[in-house]
Amino acid sequence: MDDQRIESHPILQFEKSAVLSFTFDGQPMQGREGDTVASALFANGVQVFGRHFKTKRARGFYCAIGNCSSCLMVVNGKSNVRTCTTYLEEGMVVETQEDRGNLLRKRQVGQALDVSKGASDDV
Amino acid sequence: MYETDVVVIGGGPAGLMASNAAAEAGASVLLIERFAHLGGQLIKQTHKFFGSEKQYASVRGIDIPSRIAEERALVEDRVTIWTRSTVLGLFEDGVITVDRDGKYCKIRPSRIIVATGASEKFLTFPNNDLPGIYGAGAVQTMMNVYGVCPGRRVLMVGAGNIGLIVSYQLLQAGVEVVAVVEGLPNIGGYAVHASKIRRAGVPILTSHTLLRADGVDGVESAVIAQIDNRWQPIPGSSKSVSCDVICISVGLSPLTELLWQAGCDMRYVPQLGGYVPLRNERLETTVPEIYIAGDVAGIEEASAAMVEGRLAGLEAAASLGLGFTTLDDERADLCQQLDELRAGPSGEKIRSGLVKAGIA
Repeated sequence: MDDQRIESHPILQFEKSAVLSFTFDGQPMQGREGDTVASALFANGVQVFGRHFKTKRARGFYCAIGNCSSCLMVVNGKSNVRTCTTYLEEGMVVETQEDRGNLLRKRQVGQALDVSKGASDDV
Repeated sequence: MYETDVVVIGGGPAGLMASNAAAEAGASVLLIERFAHLGGQLIKQTHKFFGSEKQYASVRGIDIPSRIAEERALVEDRVTIWTRSTVLGLFEDGVITVDRDGKYCKIRPSRIIVATGASEKFLTFPNNDLPGIYGAGAVQTMMNVYGVCPGRRVLMVGAGNIGLIVSYQLLQAGVEVVAVVEGLPNIGGYAVHASKIRRAGVPILTSHTLLRADGVDGVESAVIAQIDNRWQPIPGSSKSVSCDVICISVGLSPLTELLWQAGCDMRYVPQLGGYVPLRNERLETTVPEIYIAGDVAGIEEASAAMVEGRLAGLEAAASLGLGFTTLDDERADLCQQLDELRAGPSGEKIRSGLVKAGIA
């Protein structure tokens, strides 16, 4: 889990936060609280996050701050999740994305589509 | 419908300062930030800042957001903060739509300050889509925010300040930097940063370019070559360099989508990083009531972004009839700070760009 973690640093201190378990393409992995999905994968030595829908060439992240869309993955059955800005949660199911994303995929894994979000109006 | 005097879009250095300033002047402020944290890209800047005391010089970037938060505490009854909130659109009737942590909201502000920042530029070369090719800022985020190494051996492309600073921070994290490659014949960043990495044994190869990356499902090597004054590779000078990460540090582009949508007059100004909104000396765009501050107005250092933020915040509030008796003095002081930050040879590019982006 901590293969790629920085052990010592002259300025920063990285406290070892709580361990979170998740799966990547079915394989059990562990990250730490405060990780994004991308940083947790990276700490586990994973750098291929997806494949181009047509050419199947490998895709990794590029900007790490939510601008470029290079890090899109399927998270908990939802496609096109920006893994560089999505915080890791216990039990997350993270999968390589190899297509352009499919709204129906969420139903295929037995979860109802959440259409309530976006429908509410004034706060 | 949420109503407020001023909406500030973006909680980075410019937006934080704009919020404080508008609130100090008496305005009610809603600060909207898409991430869970405030501070924007300051949260990964482990180096100490230049400039003067007013721009937190000699304070590390990572420590600046908490300093600004201390100042915000004095006006916190007037500042509302929404994190995990993304502005979706600016509409003709003055309404802003927001995705607030999954909930759709509408806001009607009297004034809008856009401080959305910038994104990293990219380079065209064969195999530039391989994992292992990352923005320099992305690598900085992975290391300094999440404590994760980007790889073992890094080739840095670009010897501007970001390329030089991130190279040094890679060394601090225990990562080898094979070389810094720079297409120009001279180093663009400050000499103090260049000296630090040179002393650590990292070569800075000016008049060199990256020809291609190689590898299967990830970077395994890169081919670099010397270039002539027409940017053409010099035959026989190319060589393969073993590395597992290539960092791209070739500048930033303003994140101007919302300004385009709002109908602001935009102009392509290469010195400022790309398309930027035209603005008057009060940092107001051609769409009345929309102000700008920070990298979205033109790529500069965070120090300038903070001063612009404060100026935009005061101006937005002043246009609502709010402010304090010393407003004119403070306005003059802020403009002088900006002039000082943009002075000298290193500010020449910014100064020439601002001439093209300015309107009366």
